[in-house]
Amino acid sequence: MNRQIVKLFAFIVVLFGVLVGFTSWWSVFDAEALKEKDANKRLLFEQQQIPRGRILAADGTVIAKSVPKGTGSSKRYVRRYPEGALFGHPIGYSFVQFGDSEFEQFHNKELIGEGSEFSSILDELLNERQEGNDIVTSIDADAQRLALAELEEAGFGAVVAIEPATGAVKVMASNAPLDPNRVPFDFEQLSQNEIDRPLVNRATQGLYPPGSTFKVVTAAAGLDSGAITAETTIDAPGSLEVEGTPLQNDFNQDFGPIGLDTALTNSVNTWFGQLGQQLGNDTLFQYMERFGFNATPAIDLPEDEVEKSGVWDIENEELLTAKDPVDLARLAIGQERLLTTPLQMAQVAAAVANGGKLMKPQIWKRVIDPDGRVTETMDPSVYSEAISEETAAELTTAMEGVVSEGTGTNAAISGVPVAGKTGTAETPGNKACGGGVDENQAWFIGFAPADDPQIAIAASVECTEQFGGDVAAPIFRDVAEAILNGE
Amino acid sequence: MTSARNRELLALVPVAILLTAGFAGVFSQENEQLGNLSLIYGAYFLAVCLATHIFLRIRLPNADPYLFPLVATLTAFGLVMIYRIDETLARDQANWFVLGLVLFALTITFLRDYEVLERYRYTIAIAGLLVLLAPRVPGIGQQVNGAYLGVKIGPIAFQPAEFTKIAIVVFLASYLREHREVLIVGARRVLGVTLPPLKHFGPMLVVWGASMFMLVFIRDLGSSLMFFAAFLALLYVATGRFSFVVIGMAMFLIGAWFFASTVPHVHDRIEIWLHPYNDPEGTGYQILNSIFAQADGGLFGAGFGQALIVVPGTNQALLPAAQTDTIYSLIVNEVGLFGACGMLLVYLLIAARGFKIALLANDGFSKLLATGLTAVFAIQAFVIIGGVTRVIPLTGVTLPFISYGGSSIVANFVLLALLLLISDRARREAAEPAGRMAAMGAPA
Repeated sequence: MNRQIVKLFAFIVVLFGVLVGFTSWWSVFDAEALKEKDANKRLLFEQQQIPRGRILAADGTVIAKSVPKGTGSSKRYVRRYPEGALFGHPIGYSFVQFGDSEFEQFHNKELIGEGSEFSSILDELLNERQEGNDIVTSIDADAQRLALAELEEAGFGAVVAIEPATGAVKVMASNAPLDPNRVPFDFEQLSQNEIDRPLVNRATQGLYPPGSTFKVVTAAAGLDSGAITAETTIDAPGSLEVEGTPLQNDFNQDFGPIGLDTALTNSVNTWFGQLGQQLGNDTLFQYMERFGFNATPAIDLPEDEVEKSGVWDIENEELLTAKDPVDLARLAIGQERLLTTPLQMAQVAAAVANGGKLMKPQIWKRVIDPDGRVTETMDPSVYSEAISEETAAELTTAMEGVVSEGTGTNAAISGVPVAGKTGTAETPGNKACGGGVDENQAWFIGFAPADDPQIAIAASVECTEQFGGDVAAPIFRDVAEAILNGE
Repeated sequence: MTSARNRELLALVPVAILLTAGFAGVFSQENEQLGNLSLIYGAYFLAVCLATHIFLRIRLPNADPYLFPLVATLTAFGLVMIYRIDETLARDQANWFVLGLVLFALTITFLRDYEVLERYRYTIAIAGLLVLLAPRVPGIGQQVNGAYLGVKIGPIAFQPAEFTKIAIVVFLASYLREHREVLIVGARRVLGVTLPPLKHFGPMLVVWGASMFMLVFIRDLGSSLMFFAAFLALLYVATGRFSFVVIGMAMFLIGAWFFASTVPHVHDRIEIWLHPYNDPEGTGYQILNSIFAQADGGLFGAGFGQALIVVPGTNQALLPAAQTDTIYSLIVNEVGLFGACGMLLVYLLIAARGFKIALLANDGFSKLLATGLTAVFAIQAFVIIGGVTRVIPLTGVTLPFISYGGSSIVANFVLLALLLLISDRARREAAEPAGRMAAMGAPA
């Protein structure tokens, strides 16, 4: 019988070998795939058990925090946004059942404390629970509050304020606002609201015709490429025949031969139309790209929540390039099929304000670990040298004229020189506005103080019957004043 | 050379340390500070083990020295895991551990001449099968997950299958010891297949019928599989005829297939096993989360007290039956593949010592009894671990010495007592002639 006993033992060894094999398969080889399964809720529950770090405004105002619920092993953390809708954009939300968005999503790793592999392995050995890092943003809470309040008065739209020298985002407000605290309760309603679209951050996802604000880009291309100087005059008739359709100035006004300052101050369409034609596709697209068009802005928000600006072939959902045929005269004045985000236009203003250097826009400022140590600090970096300092200075002078005596006088701040440009794009039949025929997209972009720029701002309002100088310029003024006074 | 009992004593020390360290790990998780309670628990455990060791020193000085420390390792590990799930459950389990040791001592004291079991083999077999039916008796029977596994009389609840497995093994060992010769000699080849003699085919059919009956009437797929596998293992060892095993297996599979297609409970179990993702929130929930828990463990595990057992903030189980059926998945989750392999190794070492006892034993009944007890023990571990790792359909069998459950602990300590009784006699008989010869100064 002994031989059989040994064989039986061998068989049992084989059986246990099978167990080792299956256990290895589930626990190691197939583990990653199993963790991804929809039926597997563990990863969500585990993340819920990590106290996610706080998000703070520049002045220390708590934008987002995690509060514990339950005790013992059922203890979990839920996200709270004490200021409600104030920072809903661009901070977004983070809830286990509904996922995350915007800043919360982009900075997830720091917020749940997966910054350094080494420290988390050490924590595991010490059996310490994972804890998230706090992130301080550069957002100016008072200016954000003012921007959102004024937008709510004016209509749907967005305000973006950037510190030109660093790219630090001081304000990013979007109306309709999102109260992230509502997400767990009203997610369906929030995501299905086609008119308000509160989940959409209009500052980065709203694609609007920029209107005359784009003339800043055209002027920059003209000056910097050497096609014109600040003194070059172009004859600007009341109307210009372009591609079979007349391109007209406001009230068909004939300006005669004028230079850049007069043309920008009065937003003369026929002047810029001719400049655009003179520049040609290659030059105009080259400068657009230097200002950040045709690329996803290098901001710290999820790439799929930041739209590219440029000439959009809407039907094919494609961005046109220099090779594609475009109506240069209309592109030069911000028409054609040009669509931009408020963030992109703020980048244009910021680049001019910063002597031609476009900095990468960043919302975060520093990461603070649970022990209170600053582990990372935002390091300003250059996105592109869009134009020369000289070009920037000349353009600034022209943009100052807009505010001192042109279409943008409502943006003036007493005692502070302001440079800017208005824009009013007609958007008749816009569904979002209820399809009215007199609806405009109103814009103002600019920076202040013009001689020592501290803040560059783009304000854009949808569905208004007013002009950029009337509805967007005052928002610019108030937000700029709030930021300048706050410093 | 160190005597058997001294080796046993030495082996118990690391077990006590393991238990202390395990409790320390769980405590540091739950209370965020380390009291000396884990040391106290470790000391209690060590004291109980020492008492058992001294008892063995007196009653069974020659018995296998490794079995008890190995079993104590599993028990300690199980206690830590159960404590980690629920403190009150661990207290019950610790009491059952002590009760198990009392029955262990009683078995050793009163069954010193365990051949007496042979005389009552039919009584034992019938009694074993009768208690198996008890769960179907209205008033005392209990249904768990569609299977009739438990009996509850007043405050005492138990699972008869745990005790029946010992009764069946005793009966089979005795029956096969008597009939193995005829089974071998009387076998004839029909169409190239060696068949057992018809006359002795009857009792085998009875065993087959009993396990099929369990499948349908008690609806206990796991125990049915376990009993039948133990039967085939014993039949093989007794006769050396592999063809008998093949025939038996074919009969079982045909029966199982037939009942799988006719009895809904059996059918469901197999469906869940094959297609768990069909209903991930319902019938597939337990097996899927058992696997997800293992995936969560990885190579080294999440650490004691780190695994999720309930959905946070609710009472809903994330790993259903974590203290019984799916305790292995929890172990993989917390101590990882390495820890689980260590535990599997302990089971294999127990099996190795058990079969070693069978090899050393001098008479047929002792050999077959040791083989059967060891086989049924190892197969039980395989059935439940195989169930939670989706090797075979998941059924409600306990993981010996680790799962929460009084019947399981107590029955397995009786099983261990029988193994040690056989071992003591076998090793004593092996040592005696040699000892005498050495004393006489026998020439080489």
